Amino acid sequence: MTDLKELPVTFDPIALDNGARRARLIRRSILGLIALVAVLGLPWWVYPPVAVDIAAWALFAISIDLLLGFTGLLSFGHAAFWGVSAYTTGVIAVELGVPFPVAIVGGTIGAMILALPIGYLAARRAGIYFAMVTLAFAQMIYFIANQWKDVTGGENGLQGVPKNFFGIELVETEAFYFYYVAIVIIALGAFIAWRIVNSPFGRVLISIRDNPARARALGYDVERYKIIVFVLSAGIAGLAGGVFAISHGFVSLQELDWTTSGKVVLMTVLGGMGTIWGGPVGAAVIVLLEDRLATSGFDGIGIITGSIFVICVLLFRKGIWGTAVSLWERASKAIATRRR
Amino acid sequence: MGDFSDFLQYTVQGLAAGGFYALAALGLAVIFGALGVVNFAHGAFYMLGAVGSAVLLDVIGLPFWGALVVIPILMFIFGIIVELLLVQWLLKLDILYNFLLTFGLSLVLVDLVKREYGVSGLPYEQPAGLEGLIHVGSVSIPIYQLFVFVFSLAVCFLVWLVLTKTRVGMIVRAATEEPERARALGINVGMWVTPVFGFGVALAGLAGVLAAPFRAITANMGSSFIIILFAIVVIGGLGSILGAVVGGFLVGLVEAYGQGYYGTFAQVLIFVLMAVVILVRPAGLFGRKEAV
Repeated sequence: MTDLKELPVTFDPIALDNGARRARLIRRSILGLIALVAVLGLPWWVYPPVAVDIAAWALFAISIDLLLGFTGLLSFGHAAFWGVSAYTTGVIAVELGVPFPVAIVGGTIGAMILALPIGYLAARRAGIYFAMVTLAFAQMIYFIANQWKDVTGGENGLQGVPKNFFGIELVETEAFYFYYVAIVIIALGAFIAWRIVNSPFGRVLISIRDNPARARALGYDVERYKIIVFVLSAGIAGLAGGVFAISHGFVSLQELDWTTSGKVVLMTVLGGMGTIWGGPVGAAVIVLLEDRLATSGFDGIGIITGSIFVICVLLFRKGIWGTAVSLWERASKAIATRRR
Repeated sequence: MGDFSDFLQYTVQGLAAGGFYALAALGLAVIFGALGVVNFAHGAFYMLGAVGSAVLLDVIGLPFWGALVVIPILMFIFGIIVELLLVQWLLKLDILYNFLLTFGLSLVLVDLVKREYGVSGLPYEQPAGLEGLIHVGSVSIPIYQLFVFVFSLAVCFLVWLVLTKTRVGMIVRAATEEPERARALGINVGMWVTPVFGFGVALAGLAGVLAAPFRAITANMGSSFIIILFAIVVIGGLGSILGAVVGGFLVGLVEAYGQGYYGTFAQVLIFVLMAVVILVRPAGLFGRKEAV
């Protein structure tokens, strides 16, 4: 795990004096305001369904970062949780006709239940084995969904998922309003991830990422921590997948495909691992790029996304957010020394 | 007796598929053993081998037997280019980076082929001299499958022989297993890594040529194949040559019995087998126990 150690250890509040703390508060408030404007204004600038896609993929990418960036575990099978939640949410919404936030909760719970045995098996292996085991089990879920046509619709997918919001039927033309309901759910998921990372539990995860043997020596049950964070991450991915299913009103096998797992890892790497906010940036870039390419009639999206992946891993390992943060830190350090 | 002859028939099919899987997984194992790289693009290289055979047949009329020689050579060169241009820059970093790099590479390769040749299958006929069936009692064996089985086993055995019994093999193993000591003994370690990667890619391409006459040749043919290969190396133990071979046969047999007795749910059985192996022996059947 040598190179992952270069990832930032989020913060250390005790080390800051009062002045620095105030400066950081101001900086954070400005950043937070910009983020708020960007998030709330998104459906004004881009086509609203695309805005929902960005939000859903952003949360999905956060769920990957929780594992990869903060625990050092690469899950290459997270499409299983995104997809199973999408199907579960869809089936609940179609069959029971409950309001969609309720259906999404159902989907999320479904994803977490599935994550328990997979996480239990995958946590027995570290590093690259973890990636291969999660990938293989995700593929198993894909096969099952493909065969279980009564529930999933097989190749045809699950169609006609309603957008029932407590009695109000949000139809396609109201995607603009749907975004603002969806973003609350997405923000809730992002907040949970942020809380997990900035908690004593999150500190243990970082110590497992940096040195699993030391974490074990300190008395932490590393395997149990891995399973718990895996299930939590799957729940967050499931929350995102549920929103995605409701937004599209349709669930296809594509959601369970391993290219979906790869795409979300790409978003996280492109945005910056170990940063939580990098994933959403990467998600926005990839979703907007794919939207542009699709509308321009270009049929080789994999060539572009694959090349981005290769370039990112070769030359740009900190990602967009990670690079921005380190540039910012270097600049502010330079200003501080000049003042002195 | 009908049940028993069914069983024999499935066993024969499973062994034939197993040899083929073993050959493909072997390339993955050699690359991992030598470079510590889990090559996600192995499925794409396999696809290139099959598509390449079809294209060579179509364009210059090169038959199967020619492709069996030419494609591995071309893939060897291609593998060396990939190693020099991409893979080698990440060898010192965490293993995950090359995994992600080769994943990106496979997306590019698959879509390039898709743009060039579409998504429908390319035609390929049975190679001359290998058509028809042999009947042994109530069991009928397609001659081509028998050929693939024997050929794959022969290649696996040859690779094992070269790696364990020859001087070149010893140098390669020394360079890859104990690079520091090998360097101290005056072996140029870096020189051996690139051709070994090329060799692993050539094995993937060879598996692709063998697949051309009996599988649908499409840009996507490698994408489910790579998952099965990963399951095989997880079962056998990553980097172990014996593990790749035994894992290949286990998966081939499980798949054949599954298809025979349970129909379309066969693929799921492979992953059930993988789960059982992880529960009993987390490092795989022949894997070295690694620090978790």
